[in-house]
Amino acid sequence: MSNEVLIKVEGVRKKFCRSLKKSLWYGVKDIGAEMLGGSRQHNQLRPEEFWAVNGVSFQVRRGECLGLIGRNGAGKTTLLKMLNGLIKPDHGRIEMHGRVGALIALGAGFNPILTGRENIYVNGSVLGLTKKEIDEKIDDIIDFAEIREFIDAPVQSYSSGMQVRLGFAVATALEPDILLLDEVLAVGDFAFRTKCFVRISSLLSRAAVIFVSHTEEQLIRICSSGLVLKQGEISYLGDLRECLNLYRESMTGSERPVVFHHDAGVKEAEIKLSSLEHLSGEDLIFELQYTVDRNVDLSLHALVLFDEAVADVAACDLLPIIKNVTTGTRSYRCVIQALSLRPGVYHFGLEALTTSHGSILVRKHFPELRLKVGGSIAHWSDYTPKVLLAEG
Amino acid sequence: MTKFPASTVTIYTPDSPLRNPGKLFRDMVHDLFACRELAWRLFIRDLSAQYRQTYLGYIWAFLPPLVTSFTFIYLNSQGIVRIEGVGMPYAAFALIGTLLWQVFVDAIQCPSLAIITSKSMLAKINFPREAVLVGGFYMVLFNLTIRLVLLIAVMVYWKITPGPGLLLFPFALLALVAAGFAVGMAFSPIGALYGDVNRGLPIITQFWMLLTPVVYPPKTEGLAGVFSTWNPLAPLVTTARESLSGQPFTQVTPFIVVALISIILVILGWISFRLAMPLLIERMGG
Repeated sequence: MSNEVLIKVEGVRKKFCRSLKKSLWYGVKDIGAEMLGGSRQHNQLRPEEFWAVNGVSFQVRRGECLGLIGRNGAGKTTLLKMLNGLIKPDHGRIEMHGRVGALIALGAGFNPILTGRENIYVNGSVLGLTKKEIDEKIDDIIDFAEIREFIDAPVQSYSSGMQVRLGFAVATALEPDILLLDEVLAVGDFAFRTKCFVRISSLLSRAAVIFVSHTEEQLIRICSSGLVLKQGEISYLGDLRECLNLYRESMTGSERPVVFHHDAGVKEAEIKLSSLEHLSGEDLIFELQYTVDRNVDLSLHALVLFDEAVADVAACDLLPIIKNVTTGTRSYRCVIQALSLRPGVYHFGLEALTTSHGSILVRKHFPELRLKVGGSIAHWSDYTPKVLLAEG
Repeated sequence: MTKFPASTVTIYTPDSPLRNPGKLFRDMVHDLFACRELAWRLFIRDLSAQYRQTYLGYIWAFLPPLVTSFTFIYLNSQGIVRIEGVGMPYAAFALIGTLLWQVFVDAIQCPSLAIITSKSMLAKINFPREAVLVGGFYMVLFNLTIRLVLLIAVMVYWKITPGPGLLLFPFALLALVAAGFAVGMAFSPIGALYGDVNRGLPIITQFWMLLTPVVYPPKTEGLAGVFSTWNPLAPLVTTARESLSGQPFTQVTPFIVVALISIILVILGWISFRLAMPLLIERMGG
């Protein structure tokens, strides 16, 4: 009972159209075909069309949470919309067992003029709750959303955070067998997000969940497995860690084509780390390798360290080193002494500014280089401030 | 959990639901039943929102037919347009006619309006789609009730006494609503995609009114005679007015035929609405 398959997706495809004019016309044609009882189980693209979701198959059992990962436009929301029955697949088959709760859009259907209480009833019945069910749950909903003192005020006077809280509270009151969550936790403050996780986790025990998020920590926290979508196709299905690695690569990988503008004279640049683990405060040893085919033409060249949130953390100047390279391939073994970093995971990039072509910034990321920094804040004590003035 | 046991399996495939008419029919009946409460809530929501940001409020429900009929009352009283043989004071005739016509116009606009106002909800939440139609239907009935008040006032003022024919009046009203819905639903899928439809419909209905014996009695000769005979709305409007004024019924058979065809078209329109909805959402976006 506990591990029955609740979501079964087989070879699902969906096509979209790039041109609005054509899209509307195809819409008319498709509706016509639908009225004539046609089967649209066809795999041909018409002009201007592309596969938004292409040949996706997977299963989710009760108690499982599948993390749906992919860049913007990879087809995540389209897939969820098909699972929720909002749009039809163009190919394949979807089986959904039991009641489906979808948080694809929080607060959809809120009328700004009506009060919070009135909207709970409207929104609840939209989601399939009867009046009696809502009567029983309304106190829980109001408490969860933490808006008791505003519940009889019109929703247009709510802050956006309050609207989201109310939407989430109503949607999860449904007690679904299948829960579809689309980036819903991207909003709301930290305290509320934490509460949402508790609510989702308690639903998880008796539901199958599909969770879309761009935040690794959220995915790791609730997902049992992952699915990476890339341009509508499954690029990986299974272990969540592996999914996150792939996703990271796909994020940085796409920047490879712009790596080192040809005019810079640098054909290739590589970094190798002697170890992917680093204890804060120790020396970091790395190897640089350049292949240069003519005069290097750079006004700036730096090694950049950035964290998981792609925020730059530190940089060091490599210009003096690369200026030494004449044509050919050369390697350098380098050290950054006593590198103190907050524990966490860091990525490496090479940045360069060309001089002759209006200062074009080029940046190369090395997704395979994930430096895990251990240690504690104690290692920072190497930096003792110099006392300027002492009084008393 | 009580309403949908886990054994409820929903299957989505690209096939048209028409390939399995039995299931389609069961789903339609089920959804119509399941959407009652939601439709009522949507109606209350729209109703309380409808005139909230207006000063004149419900007077807006009366104004369009009033203005139209005053135009014709003025034209007729000044002899610019001469309309005779109406069997009652012309002002009453014109007012009753335009009030009835407005019921039809309301019903025509209802399906497209319902889709457009609920667009973001339709695109993001799965609920019985019938709810927006039924909610719109309630709204049409509500506006109709308001106009009935005006209609009764007109009849009292001009001392028009209905005969036993009044019994047919509710059916005549329903036939008008059904006819409006039939037309509106036929256009709504295309209207949701192409804005042309919703821009064109008011112009067409305006012109259609002039081709229908709304502000003038049915003609028998000339082009107007042809339109009075073959215009499907003519028997509906005429019969509805005759049932109010106690005049003998002149177009009973055409009335029954048009009413029945309208009801059949409403059911066909409902099916096409269901079939078109996922495809519309895909194209409309959220």
